Amino acid sequence: MSAPEQTVVSVEGVTKTFAHGNVTALQGIDLSLAPREFVSLIGPSGCGKSTLLRVIGDLLEPTAGRVTINGKSAREARSDGDYGIVFQDAVLFDWRTVAKNIALPLEMLGWDRQRRKERVAAMLDLVELNGFADHHPWQLSGGMQQRVAIARALAFEPALMLMDEPFGALDEMTRERLNLELLSIWEQTENTVVFVTHSIAEAVFLSTRVVVMSPRPGRIAGAIEIDLPYPRTVETREDARFFELVTRVRELLRLRGEHLLPEEEAALE
Amino acid sequence: MTAKALLARAAQWLPALVVAAVVIGLWQGLIVAFHVQQFLLPRPSAIATTFWSDRHELWPAGWYTFKEALGGFAIGSGLGILAATLVGRFKTVGTALMPVFIAANAVPIVAFAPIADAWFNPFSPHSKMAIAAVLCFLPVMVNTLRGLQSSSPRQIELMRSYAASELTIWRRVRVPTALPFVFTALKIASVLAMIGAIVGEYFGGATSALGVLINSDAQIFQFTTAWAGILTASLLGIGLYLAVAVAERGVVRWAPRAQGS
Repeated sequence: MSAPEQTVVSVEGVTKTFAHGNVTALQGIDLSLAPREFVSLIGPSGCGKSTLLRVIGDLLEPTAGRVTINGKSAREARSDGDYGIVFQDAVLFDWRTVAKNIALPLEMLGWDRQRRKERVAAMLDLVELNGFADHHPWQLSGGMQQRVAIARALAFEPALMLMDEPFGALDEMTRERLNLELLSIWEQTENTVVFVTHSIAEAVFLSTRVVVMSPRPGRIAGAIEIDLPYPRTVETREDARFFELVTRVRELLRLRGEHLLPEEEAALE
Repeated sequence: MTAKALLARAAQWLPALVVAAVVIGLWQGLIVAFHVQQFLLPRPSAIATTFWSDRHELWPAGWYTFKEALGGFAIGSGLGILAATLVGRFKTVGTALMPVFIAANAVPIVAFAPIADAWFNPFSPHSKMAIAAVLCFLPVMVNTLRGLQSSSPRQIELMRSYAASELTIWRRVRVPTALPFVFTALKIASVLAMIGAIVGEYFGGATSALGVLINSDAQIFQFTTAWAGILTASLLGIGLYLAVAVAERGVVRWAPRAQGS
């Protein structure tokens, strides 16, 4: 997909309050993503990063400000199926097989059976789950379930992927493997990605840019361009530049998050 | 199914069959050993003999009552599912109706049996159906509602990301999530329906009804016949329960099968 627009996501002055204006989750957020960018949102709990993701996806309405996706309003973009979304838990439907879970958005878009079948096969190939088409979600491990969720989000080739801590519930080893897989998928599909995470290392490893957020109210504290070359590999994590960037992100989080609670501090490590 | 799987399934049933055989054996043995009077507790063999010899009276009576139970089951469960759908869909309906339903649940509904006879013709099956239906309604309604409300918020959010309408979300997420709850409720209701029909008949009904038969046999000390009537009622109740269970297996095919269920 090639959009003539130079921005895929544009967030302008977005503020979001809850509880009749008593809680300010987001204040004056400006953010814009160029095509092919992989942007991670990182910050302590309560900094509003998941809220921002939902505002971009039009799952929450901003109290003030504007979101445009591919030059359209967020509402239009949602109806047009412009983005795919992945949550922390896989959110698979138990009554559907793996293949049917991946086919769900295609059914919603009215694709015919043959076209669905071909795409699902291609998607199973992409996330390396051939042979699991007829399994039910509960028969798969957590990592495999999350791969199904990714396949489902990518199935209709949205230009934008919204990912809300997709690997947050997985063990460290599975997480690192899926990081590599996600990057290889991203390189194949030419998506733009907004990726919410708690993990500094994960954010630096994956992203072209890391956006650091600070809490109460949620604001953007700063952004760091990640100039590590792609394709990134296992060795990237041992690169001196990688550590340098991790340290820069950590310092930015420290600087802006002076009022962090100890357990929030711990969650950032 | 392979022979091995069949054997495994038979092995699952074996403990239950052994327990049943031991209980019936003990029952028979103790009555013979201690010369227990027939009217206190007849021998299982006597009950079985009567069940067969009186089959021309018992079985049609059982069928008659079963039809009442089935009608009550269908009406009560249907209304229960309908009410749960309305309450689940429209919040204000729920706030208005739920406290009333919950309060009604505390009423011993069987006590209404003589009154239901007054509302309908006591000799028609409708009064018994009404009692069975009232008994079935609440468990089906409460369980269905809980099922409809137990979809995960993430699943709803995912559907909204596809710009799905409320109706689509209902059809593709809420209803499938609710189905296992509905079937649990229907299994409870299947047993309640038979109880409702029989208890209703204790207060009067067509002479060809099972509850009337059991009641009148007990009054004239025909305890073996009464027991054979109870056996008939039990078999029909179990039959309805199993029918629901089989339907559940056909509809809720995705659920992981728990061991030994």
